[in-house]
Amino acid sequence: MSDTTNHHQPVLRARGLMKRYGTVVAMNGADFDLYPNEILGVIGDNGAGKTTLIRAISGATVPDHGTIELDGKEVQFRTPDDARNEGIETVYQNLALSPALSIADNMFLGREVRKSGIMGSLFRKLDHKHMETFARDKLSELGLLTIQNINQAVETLSGGQRQGVAVARAAAFGSKVVIMDEPTAALGVKESRRVLDLIQDVKAKGMPIVLISHNMPHVFEVCDRIHIHRLGRRLCTVDPKTISMSDAVAMMTGAMEPPVDAISA
Amino acid sequence: MSQTHSDFDTNLSSADEAVAAFEKDDRTALSVIRHAVRDYPTLVPALVLFVSVLAFGFIAPRFLSPGVLSLVVQQVTVIGIVAIAQTLIILTAGIDLSVGAILVVSTFVMGRLAVSAGVPLPLAIAAGMSIGTLMGAFNGFLVAKIKLPPFIVTLGTLSVFTALKLWYSGSESIRNSDIEANAPSLLFFGEAAARPFGATITYSGIALILLAIIFWYILQHTAWGRHVYAIGDDPEAAVLSGIKTDRTLISVYAVAGLICGFGAWVAIGRVGSISPISFEEINLATITAVVIGGTSLFGGRGSIPGSVLGALIVGVFTTGLSLAGVDDYWQMFAVGNLVLIAVALDQWLRRASQ
Repeated sequence: MSDTTNHHQPVLRARGLMKRYGTVVAMNGADFDLYPNEILGVIGDNGAGKTTLIRAISGATVPDHGTIELDGKEVQFRTPDDARNEGIETVYQNLALSPALSIADNMFLGREVRKSGIMGSLFRKLDHKHMETFARDKLSELGLLTIQNINQAVETLSGGQRQGVAVARAAAFGSKVVIMDEPTAALGVKESRRVLDLIQDVKAKGMPIVLISHNMPHVFEVCDRIHIHRLGRRLCTVDPKTISMSDAVAMMTGAMEPPVDAISA
Repeated sequence: MSQTHSDFDTNLSSADEAVAAFEKDDRTALSVIRHAVRDYPTLVPALVLFVSVLAFGFIAPRFLSPGVLSLVVQQVTVIGIVAIAQTLIILTAGIDLSVGAILVVSTFVMGRLAVSAGVPLPLAIAAGMSIGTLMGAFNGFLVAKIKLPPFIVTLGTLSVFTALKLWYSGSESIRNSDIEANAPSLLFFGEAAARPFGATITYSGIALILLAIIFWYILQHTAWGRHVYAIGDDPEAAVLSGIKTDRTLISVYAVAGLICGFGAWVAIGRVGSISPISFEEINLATITAVVIGGTSLFGGRGSIPGSVLGALIVGVFTTGLSLAGVDDYWQMFAVGNLVLIAVALDQWLRRASQ
């Protein structure tokens, strides 16, 4: 299965991740592989430890044991900033946007660009023009230019548009990996469709994507491989073209054993 | 079977594209006003100020004389300056009840050192402003690191700083004649810079305008300023965006303390003497000015020019009403109503944004 991608070296690879919260074991030797140019779906029942796994590879949680490698080089993330500096961008389920600030402000929040020369170095003046142009370019690359005013507050946007801004931010600054946590959970049918198209657009730019979702039709539609998480570790990875949704759900809930050839994948 | 999963929304391509095309919803006249007010938050206080000046001019023609108008500005300079500090803190969804105590402690540090101890004036002023900054940073530490609610923190430090003020001052004032004899430059901000057309423009008024411009610039055009808004707007989103929220919060309270320290120098010039029981009502007066100026008590939206306008509106109302022969308590009544209207307006705007 998925033999076209398995020959490559993984972009992001984790081995034996452990995380314990008191007596609760959130990750119990979890493995993870993300290959270049793929959309990897991560599914699992509530409490399976998906979120902890994703938090570990995006720097929001520090695992107790285990290794994470980025492009074959071991990395240690202590904060989301560490992961971001290595080129891993995350679109959080709550989007992490500041509603009263403008689209351009939000795209550059935490990594503002200052003007060159004395205005930037001494007076710390921000280069609003550069940031607005950049934000507009990135939004239009993803076909979101119908947002009329780059300076309008994010709170004036619809749910789908906000998701679009968060995705555009991740795609613009992520150089290696984009992680999306439940990007369609809060959206209507039409807006979900738009966001799924967006995910394909980001992939078309050559960016590998990790997609965490409970929505099986969405996962099966856009993902190249699916990582099934169960009881704090990876149960198997499967090819959505050769397995049915009901089988995937059965595996993730423990009602069915994974196929033998899927376990090592 | 493997095909059916993506078929469920194929008909969408023929569906109405209005939402999927990311268009704006239709706009009514009311929503246009809402958007304008939200995008330009100083619009309302500017209009209120303009209308109230005209209205009081109509009721009491003497109000529109340059002398009276410049008196209004002089009366609100200290409140205006401290309101700038209060704005920074309220933008982070905090509140500072200790600004008045910080201000008066700073006046005594400056006065004691310059007048009684004979310390050179620049050193005395620097010491006063440093103490103000330290007191602010202490508030910020308790809010950011110990994670206590700002209201409780500053309620506590209000008492602590007030006690320090009474102890340090020995409950005695520093008289105007002593200041004039030993450190006259401490009164610099009370002096008139110019007297055009019977108006009196003091250095304190100029200081207020300059300080407002500086902090407007910092909030709008520096990363620190953007972070102040982001922290008040959604602290969790700010953290996930990589903002060092603890450090920023402490710096906001410290800068507010610094502004109060500077306000202390201006206050000495404005009042002419230093008294331990002065400026006891300035905490609430600055919150009033900030709220009337359109800054939201829930953080994340508002502006420095708005707060200065808010301070001026309060000044116009109190001076205007007293010129019109209205009793003091009706002045309080009017200012209280302004606050209620301003908060109601803020809530309306917030609902509009959901």
